[in-house]
Amino acid sequence: MTMIDHIPVLMIVIPILASLLILLAGWYDRRFCYPISLITILFQFGSAIAILLHVMQEGTIRYSVGGWAPPLGIELVVDSFNSYILAAILLLAAATAFYARRSVEKEIGPEKTVSFYVLFQLLITGLVGMTITGDIFNLYVFLEISSITAYTLIASARRPHSYVASFNYLILGSIAGGFILLGIANLYAATGTLNMADLAHLLPASYELATVHAAFLFLMIGFSIKAAFFPLHLWLPDAYAESPSAVTILLSTAMAKVSIYAMFRILFSVFTTAYIIDTFPVTGFILFIATVAIVAGAVLAIAQKDLKRMLAYSSVSQVGYIMFALGVANQIALEGGLLHILGHAVMKGCLFMVAGLIIYRMGTSRLSDLKGVAKTMPISCAAFALAGASMIGIPPTIGFMSKYYLVLGALEAGHWVYAAVLLLGSLLAVGYIWRFIEIAYFGDHHGDHGEDHQTRAREGPLSMLAPIVGLALLSLFLGVFVEAVMEVVGPAVSILLGGA
Amino acid sequence: MIETFYELFLSRYNYWMAIILMLIGLYALIAKQNLVKKLIGLNIFQTAIFLFYISLGEVEGGTAPIYLPEGVDALYVNPVPHVLMLTAIVVGVSVTAVALSLIVRIYEEYGVIDEDELMQAVRRR
Repeated sequence: MTMIDHIPVLMIVIPILASLLILLAGWYDRRFCYPISLITILFQFGSAIAILLHVMQEGTIRYSVGGWAPPLGIELVVDSFNSYILAAILLLAAATAFYARRSVEKEIGPEKTVSFYVLFQLLITGLVGMTITGDIFNLYVFLEISSITAYTLIASARRPHSYVASFNYLILGSIAGGFILLGIANLYAATGTLNMADLAHLLPASYELATVHAAFLFLMIGFSIKAAFFPLHLWLPDAYAESPSAVTILLSTAMAKVSIYAMFRILFSVFTTAYIIDTFPVTGFILFIATVAIVAGAVLAIAQKDLKRMLAYSSVSQVGYIMFALGVANQIALEGGLLHILGHAVMKGCLFMVAGLIIYRMGTSRLSDLKGVAKTMPISCAAFALAGASMIGIPPTIGFMSKYYLVLGALEAGHWVYAAVLLLGSLLAVGYIWRFIEIAYFGDHHGDHGEDHQTRAREGPLSMLAPIVGLALLSLFLGVFVEAVMEVVGPAVSILLGGA
Repeated sequence: MIETFYELFLSRYNYWMAIILMLIGLYALIAKQNLVKKLIGLNIFQTAIFLFYISLGEVEGGTAPIYLPEGVDALYVNPVPHVLMLTAIVVGVSVTAVALSLIVRIYEEYGVIDEDELMQAVRRR
């Protein structure tokens, strides 16, 4: 065994130890917390890139934790699908870590910074664990680690409403967790194994059992709540709008994407396409709900008065796009869907960062208070415009490329109407992105109230501005150099469609 | 008639008990206004799942799965669900702890733990 084979488990063990170290160091001096957290996240990001390159060349890495052989012991599996997701979420986690320092200083009380970074680190580690595990019960455990830390992080904002938002998310998240646990119980009852590859191997014999259908539905509903798939998104707007900016970014980019990843993994690698298309045809239904989600999320986003809340509803709409790929379930559409997982993480991360910067400088994110903000914060508003263009799907951005593949896939499968609705969804995205652009660039700011904000507002500090500009440029360059990304996405989709 | 009844209910009464408990828990989660009662509902819901798992592993006449000396043979229950539930119980306790502390904070901020009143209080701010 070479070093690279051990990296998957080190990506979980070292950060968990680091989070304890942050706690101890924070006891001694609070200033040590941030550097340790940043170094750990950068280590995870570096490892993710190394794993991605290794997997692309040499194929899947399998690691038995503690030396116990797979069907009984826990196995970590990194193939081209989850190494791609892993690199994507850790890229965003690293960007968030750079961004977080100033934002946390402002939004979270100094007595809470130590626990904030401990939980921040644990949340990322939970997500990494969910991504690379090959054991379905282990997936549940990491899901709960990330969920519990997410509840506490949402409540760490100093606003009273954040407690309510966190509690509501906790109730819905726990129901989702319970459903997932029930689904796992049914799978275990049907097959007697918890290993994903083993499940995919043993399940076809009992595809007709009601137990397996029940397991499928429980898992679907559980992960739909976690991924905020319309109409199970009700926890999302409050949770995103009320949490501190750094947490919003991490939730909307890393956590939402990992929930979707888990759903893809269960549907394609545990149940395989034979089940979801032939035995228990569910893709048509998912496609329908996904299209409703695209339109409803966008319409709700247009109706919002608050920038962060508007972006939160836009996330509901964008989850619809990724689920759309799942509904079409052919090679091209799934390539578009996986591309959109990365693309949406990059551009929504950028948009939420700009929203967080505006809150940092002006203390408000009400759209009516942001008139003429582009005059005082030109760079971040330009970044918002670029990432927003990607959200709408203007070529040659990444948002355009993923939607292009989605539409192509839908047309290939003969879903003309759905492809048309998807394009309509893009038009609606113009509606909410343009609202901010219009207010920021063309809103006049006369009156005392406006002047008051103007004097305080100026461009953000470099540590916050750099990730914003970086992600905005990335949403452009990923679209221009989409071929390089497709080289990763292509094999990933083949793995999904070819079973485990 | 009796055979169908036996087949459907009596031979699987452990599942029915789990289902009934689960529904009681979900009902409390949805219908109760008091946040603490909601949390109790969540706990009932989780407990039902634990019982479901444990009863999955049960073997009639089985003993505890302990390591036996060479040559001794015994029927024992499946230990894997028990182990899984140890983890799930820890998760349940943590969720309950976080939820209770959130309820304390909500009460400190708004002075209510009733959901309708809480929503009114949130809207007033």
